[in-house]
Amino acid sequence: MPTVHFTDAEGAVRDVEGNVGDSVMETAVRNGVPGIVAECGGSLSCATCHVFVREDCVSQLPPMEDMEDEMLYGTAVDREDNSRLSCQLRLTDELELFVTTPESQV
Amino acid sequence: MGTHAMEQAAGATTVPTQTGLLIIGASQSGVQLAVSLRALGFDEHITLLGDEDHRPYQRPALSKEFLQGTVESESLIFRSNEYWAEHNVDLVKGEYIARIDKEADGSGVAHASSGREVPFKRLALTVGARARKLDTEGADLDGVLYLRNADDALALKARVGDATDVVVIGGGFIGLEAASSLQKMGKNVTVLEYGPRLVGRAVGEETAEYFLAAHRSRGLDIRLNTSAARFTPADGGTSVAAVELKDGTVLPAQIVLIGIGVIPNTQLAEQLGLDVDNGVVVDRFALASDGTTVAVGDVANMPNPVPGSEPGERIRLESVNNAIEHAKVAAYSLTGRREEYAGIPWFWSNQADLKLQIAGLCNGFDQTVLRRDEARGKFSVLYYRQGQVIAADCVNAPLDFMAVKNALAKGQNIPADAAADPATQLKTITTDS
Ligand SMILES: Cc1cc2nc3c(=O)[nH]c(=O)nc-3n(C[C@H](O)[C@H](O)[C@H](O)COP(=O)(O)OP(=O)(O)OC[C@H]3O[C@@H](n4cnc5c(N)ncnc54)[C@H](O)[C@@H]3O)c2cc1C
Ligand code: FES
Repeated sequence: MPTVHFTDAEGAVRDVEGNVGDSVMETAVRNGVPGIVAECGGSLSCATCHVFVREDCVSQLPPMEDMEDEMLYGTAVDREDNSRLSCQLRLTDELELFVTTPESQV
Repeated sequence: MGTHAMEQAAGATTVPTQTGLLIIGASQSGVQLAVSLRALGFDEHITLLGDEDHRPYQRPALSKEFLQGTVESESLIFRSNEYWAEHNVDLVKGEYIARIDKEADGSGVAHASSGREVPFKRLALTVGARARKLDTEGADLDGVLYLRNADDALALKARVGDATDVVVIGGGFIGLEAASSLQKMGKNVTVLEYGPRLVGRAVGEETAEYFLAAHRSRGLDIRLNTSAARFTPADGGTSVAAVELKDGTVLPAQIVLIGIGVIPNTQLAEQLGLDVDNGVVVDRFALASDGTTVAVGDVANMPNPVPGSEPGERIRLESVNNAIEHAKVAAYSLTGRREEYAGIPWFWSNQADLKLQIAGLCNGFDQTVLRRDEARGKFSVLYYRQGQVIAADCVNAPLDFMAVKNALAKGQNIPADAAADPATQLKTITTDS
């Protein structure tokens, strides 16, 4: 099963097992992981599902499309090189992903 | 608190139920209210009750991804069952509350049409809105459909396979989203709009015209100032086969989808004697006129929360963002705190490849600035009141949307003259006003 390790801005960690095909955002929200708001439910309209991906995991993820790239310029906490919108990240078999949630999403 | 009422209630039920907050309506607002309350440390029992037979789900995809079949129904579910159990929230599905007895202290008993009784210490109405019905001749034929909830969407999906022609009545957000989805699925779609332009007053003239031209250029048949005279079945049938327009034109239609707006579900509030006026009238803290019941989301008529809006102005917003922000205000109220609505209202609507994002509310604007980048398919309208930016409609222009939303949130301005050049990034010309 794919697993996502969510670390919040204070350093608390939540490990959540997800289903292949679900997004990182859905996996977080359904289990009530704080730090992911996801107002638009994954339709790439809100930028409140921002995560920082641990550097060694970045290469496991699909490249970002223009719309995600543009939306990332409007996040509540400024983007960094390892920023992604978690609704655009799908869980794949055996994926082990480490992400940090920003201090604020809105 | 409310012991007298509680004893009475306990006497009337066969199975003693844990009593605490009863949230009626288990959708965007009700879910957020329960979640926010737990996040604030509210430790009383919560019953989250709704009349639908589904676990609470997100509606926006019903006219978009879910209709098109690009997301599974499971993806629309807000929270896992484990989440509710862990957070001591009783989720009750399939119960319609028909009547409520309430004491002056805010406690009481809710009576479901099944006969079930649910006692409560405190009440939250998150009952949303229902589709406005059309009473045109033939509106009761099979295949004349609405799109407000999951059952509506399932009924629509069940008919889509056999249909070649669809007539959508109403050129608002839901009508246009569904029309775009159905067109993408290969249907021959005609949109009838009774008024002179699309999307009513939710957007300005320029945006309405942009959408009209954009949809028409994508092959959608949109007819303004047009309404249906009657829906007719094939000979001897019970299913709709055609739509006859007032001018005599006949359009074939195996599905008629009606999206002419919604009516807030104020029945319970009226029965409780709460002030009702286009929704349940609430104060800045989401409290209804009895001072104890909270009403949140699509059902609530609230003071306009936008800084700088006309004093006394009231609005009823229908959006996910409002349901979430308003629920937070109500959660504070229920935990004894008074916090005003935070954040700038925003909205989105996806239609074909047109991604609309709206920041702020354009009510009372006196100037607009257009930003158009034809080559990249971007289009934005910024709305100003006395030189101050108050809102923006942005199509495929998330940078503009984000810049305006952030400026509004920080009380900043984006000077109109500088904003007109589409090559200029709005973020770079934002000023502290
Ligand atoms: C097809 C569609 C597409 C949309 N797209 C977007 C979009 O792209 N962006 C956006 O921001 N917003 C969108 N919206 C609007 C958004 O979904 C609503 O604003 C939001 O659902 C409001 O939430 P609510 O909980 O206040 O009300 P509702 O979602 O209406 O929920 C109220 C619930 O209460 C139940 N109920 C009512 N009366 C009773 C009773 N007496 N007893 C028990 N239960 C009761 C209802 O059945 C319902 O389940 C869309 C809506 C629809 C229908
Ligand atoms: S959930 Fe809205 S952009 Fe990801």
